[in-house]
Amino acid sequence: MWFAVLAGAIGCYALKYVGSAIPEHYLEQPMVKRIVMLLPIALLSALVAVQTFANSQSLVVDARVPALAAATVALRFKAPFILVVLTAAVCAAALRYFGLAV
Amino acid sequence: MNEAARDWISARNEIVRNAASIGIAVAMYGVSFGALGTTTGLTIPQTMALSLLMFTGASQFTLVSTLASGGTALTAVVASWLMGTRNAAYSMRMTPILKAKGPGRLVAVQLTIDESTAMGLAQDEAAFEGRASRLAFWATGLSVYLLWNLATFIGAISVSSIGDPKSFGLDAAIAAGLFALVWPQIKSRIDLSVALGGALIALALTPFVSPGVPVLAAALVSIIVGWATGKQLS
Repeated sequence: MWFAVLAGAIGCYALKYVGSAIPEHYLEQPMVKRIVMLLPIALLSALVAVQTFANSQSLVVDARVPALAAATVALRFKAPFILVVLTAAVCAAALRYFGLAV
Repeated sequence: MNEAARDWISARNEIVRNAASIGIAVAMYGVSFGALGTTTGLTIPQTMALSLLMFTGASQFTLVSTLASGGTALTAVVASWLMGTRNAAYSMRMTPILKAKGPGRLVAVQLTIDESTAMGLAQDEAAFEGRASRLAFWATGLSVYLLWNLATFIGAISVSSIGDPKSFGLDAAIAAGLFALVWPQIKSRIDLSVALGGALIALALTPFVSPGVPVLAAALVSIIVGWATGKQLS
C-alpha cells in the first residue's frame, strides 16, 4: 500500500510542479498566453458541471441542480460568496431532508 | 489611515473570511476521506500521508476507491495522476501571478488545487498590485491544507463518521462555491463560450470515460478557442 500512496503523491506533486516550471518567456507568447488564460475557465467550468450533474459515470438531476439554480439567483443579486455557498447547501439539504430529491 | 489602506483592509478581510469558509466546507469531505481511507484497508499513517503529501482531494478519493474496489496499486496510482493533471494547468496560470521564490515556490506548488486557483483567479488581477490574487491563493491554499489534514485525521481515527456530507448539502455547496469563483472570471463572450463549451464537453464524456478525463478534456476547448481567436487578432 505504501507504494500506491507514495507513487501517487509524488506523481501528483510532479504534475503541479511541471506547470510552474515552464519558462516564462514561453508562456509570454501571445497564442500560449491566451490559451493559458482560458485553461482554468474551461477546467473549472467543467468541474462545476460535473459536480452538479455527475454521479460517478452517470448523469443525474438531483438536489444539486435546484441548489445550483438557487445559488445562481444569489449570484445575480450580487450576494456575498458565503451567502451563495450557504444558499446552495441549505437548498440541497432541505430538499433531501424532506425527501423531495436525492 | 488613507483610503487605499482602508480599501485593502476590507478587501483582505473578505478574502480571508471566504478562504476560511472554503476550508471549512472542504474539511467536511476530509472527514469522509479519512474514514474511507482507514475503512478500506489503509493505515492511519498512510491515510494521513495522502492528505499531507498528495493534497488534491479528487486524486486522493480516486486512489483509495480504486484500491477499495479491487483495482491494482498501479491502476490506482495512474487514476490518481489522471485526476491530478489539471493541477498542472493551474500552476501554469498561477505561477506568474504568485511570483514566489525558493522554498515558497515549492509550497505554492503543493497548494495549487481547484479551490486555491479558483479563489486566486476570482480576484481582479490588477487589484492592489496583484496582492488580492496572491492573498486569495495563499489564504485558501493554507486554510484548506490545515483543515483538510485535521479533518482527515479526525476521520481516520474515529470509528463513527459524522454522517454523509450530502445530508448537509455540502456537495452542492462546494459546486456552488466553485461556480461563484468562476463567475467573475467570465468577462467576455469568448470566456463565456469557453466556460459553456468546457462544461458541455465534460458532461457529454461523463458516461463514456473514466472519472477525471471529462474535466481534463475541457482543456481542448480553451486550446481551440485560444488558438482560433489568437489567429484572428494577429
